[in-house]
Amino acid sequence: MKKYFLIESRNPWDSQQVDRNYQIAADLAKAGNEVTLFMVENAVLATRSSAKTNGLTNLKQVKLLADDFSLKERGIMPSEIFAGIEVASINAVVDAMANKQKMIWL
Amino acid sequence: MSNKTLSFLMMDGPFEQARTTTSFRIIAAAIARGYNVNVFAYEGAVSLSFAKQTPHANSIHGHSSEEENHPLTKDWIAALMKEAEAKGGKLDWINCGLCVDERGVTEAIAGCRRGAPKDFWQWATESDATLVIGTK
Repeated sequence: MKKYFLIESRNPWDSQQVDRNYQIAADLAKAGNEVTLFMVENAVLATRSSAKTNGLTNLKQVKLLADDFSLKERGIMPSEIFAGIEVASINAVVDAMANKQKMIWL
Repeated sequence: MSNKTLSFLMMDGPFEQARTTTSFRIIAAAIARGYNVNVFAYEGAVSLSFAKQTPHANSIHGHSSEEENHPLTKDWIAALMKEAEAKGGKLDWINCGLCVDERGVTEAIAGCRRGAPKDFWQWATESDATLVIGTK
């Protein structure tokens, strides 16, 4: 089993590529890998539980992290995001690298 | 001090994308941990360390240069190099030479040197992890 740390900086309403990136995360997890998806910049817009159409809710096997700084910049409170998405600092990226995870900025 | 070494490849030029700010946040976090950090600046990213970047006033808002306090990426790099040294680590910065020549940004700040993509390959083989931060 490999450990993948994926970084998404766009939201699904900005680019159709984002939904395909979600699918990459899901496929890697289904293949037996440990997968983390770190959302930063406008990617955190998709974490809002008020979002009607959202592929994030299909990523049951993927660990979902939302960058705290990006959430604050956009006025999104932790209480407003989907259950199951953790708020994390940018240190999560550094820790994953230090632990030799496979890093991909999608 | 740590023996961990993390490498990054940046491609976005300064003053354009949020990715640049995020990239510097990640690099700053790694330096705060005392890790050694390598950055290979490719394509537009070679302008990040351009020594002739200059702060400016904002006549529309009526701000002086000091009031505008315009952030310059060359200053961020210099500050990060200083911080890395204080933490017992090192920030090594290489600009792609051909990309520098194409853009005419040959004057880089002290501590940033000229190199080639093979340097990035070498770093990638020797580092604990590598993150490519491409343009979108």
